[in-house]
Amino acid sequence: MEVKGLHKWFGKVHAVDGVNLRVNVGEVMIIVGPSGSGKSTVLRCMNHLEVPTSGAVYLDGVHLEDPKVEINAVRREVGMVFQQFNLFPHRTVLNNITLALIKVRGWSREEAESIAMEQLQRVGIPEQAHKKPAQLSGGQQQRVAIARSLAMNPKVMLFDEPTSALDPEMIKEVLDVMRALAASGMTMVVVSHEMGFAREVGSRLVMMDFGQIVEEGPVGEMFANPQHPRTQEFFSKIL
Amino acid sequence: MTTDVEAIDAALQHRAERGRFPWWLVVMLAIIGWLGSLVFFDERFTDARTFILPGLVITIRATLFAFALAVVIGLVAGLGRISRFTPVRHLCITYVEFIRGVPILVLILMVAFVVIPPIFEAVGLANRLSFEMRAVLSLALIYGGYIAEVFRAGIESVPPGQAEAGRSLGLTQGKTMRYIVLPQAIRNVLPALGNDFISMLKDSSLLTLLGVGEITHKSRLYSGSSFKYPEAFLTITFLYLCMTLVLSLVVRAVSRRLDRG
Repeated sequence: MEVKGLHKWFGKVHAVDGVNLRVNVGEVMIIVGPSGSGKSTVLRCMNHLEVPTSGAVYLDGVHLEDPKVEINAVRREVGMVFQQFNLFPHRTVLNNITLALIKVRGWSREEAESIAMEQLQRVGIPEQAHKKPAQLSGGQQQRVAIARSLAMNPKVMLFDEPTSALDPEMIKEVLDVMRALAASGMTMVVVSHEMGFAREVGSRLVMMDFGQIVEEGPVGEMFANPQHPRTQEFFSKIL
Repeated sequence: MTTDVEAIDAALQHRAERGRFPWWLVVMLAIIGWLGSLVFFDERFTDARTFILPGLVITIRATLFAFALAVVIGLVAGLGRISRFTPVRHLCITYVEFIRGVPILVLILMVAFVVIPPIFEAVGLANRLSFEMRAVLSLALIYGGYIAEVFRAGIESVPPGQAEAGRSLGLTQGKTMRYIVLPQAIRNVLPALGNDFISMLKDSSLLTLLGVGEITHKSRLYSGSSFKYPEAFLTITFLYLCMTLVLSLVVRAVSRRLDRG
């Protein structure tokens, strides 16, 4: 996945100011930065939830902004996990996961349910399959959201501050799922402030501020020896 | 000291309970009971009752048909109102604003006598056009405009993250609307739709202008020939109140259940 010369204006606000990124297969890219630095907007451009003002996003060489591109076909290949989970409250956990399998992939209900149960096993909560999302804890809901994306068998998973809305004791269960996912070789782009997770699981770290990339590099090097004063200042505040 | 605190607690609780008790309902039931006893047991009302009561069938039938049609029109216009396609969106906004800008009474006359006859003539059904049909179509077109706004508000009440989650799974915009947004929107608008149904039931009285023989028309016919105004109008007041009170209690119960989740 590649982002080239990305700009995004919201009215008079220049949210993303010339971002270039390259996410290689199997890589876990962590994007950090203060709030309002444009990191979520970059992520949302990666599956066209936001339309860039200029610049381009490529997935396997396919240009997302090309009007000839079937965006729904691209989105099938890109999983997205939101800060607020965004589970469908009127459907059971199982039906949250099977919906896209049936209505997008065109699978039968039986096939979809068996895959859904497989994914619920993977995130460790198969026993919750027939409950409504509101009956689950925040951590469990986020794990269902991850399972829902994984069921589509995406090429890359995007995480938009997946633990920011969670109580402290639930953060670990979600990070554990993400850790296992990274270990299985999934390509991931994670916007997060979980520095322990970043250090342990991340392969590359990107520091953003004012819509621009301040610094990027291998996670180890970035932590050990941040070059840019803005990165040093940011790390000193949150580590 | 503890006894004082308990006494105060008890007094507060008592006051809270007294505030919750539905006194309004008791008074309403008393009024309805009094009217009912007149209508059914007072001999002066017998003629009025036997003349007016059959009109209830038309009142209810017209309201049911018109409401079903209005919900369909409202859903289509409500979706069109937020459509990406500019001509569709503006067409629907025009419809809604037009309806909301003209009194219902005037609209009924307009639709029944000006709009509908040429349409029926054009498709060669002029001789099949009854006054009840005109009545149903005019109520449906009018309430379609109001219900469109109800659906629009309902759709907009669903958090944008829901549609984003659907789209990011690769669902098309149409499927996202159908399987994710609309089910939640419809649930949110059920109480508002129920209130519109009650309004429509009451506004069916305006159909008296078209002479379709619903209860208001019947009562005017009766009072016009017998000069028994109290008998005629207390009877229909009683009938409308019975229906609207029951319906509004149903709407309250449904919205309480929805609030509980």
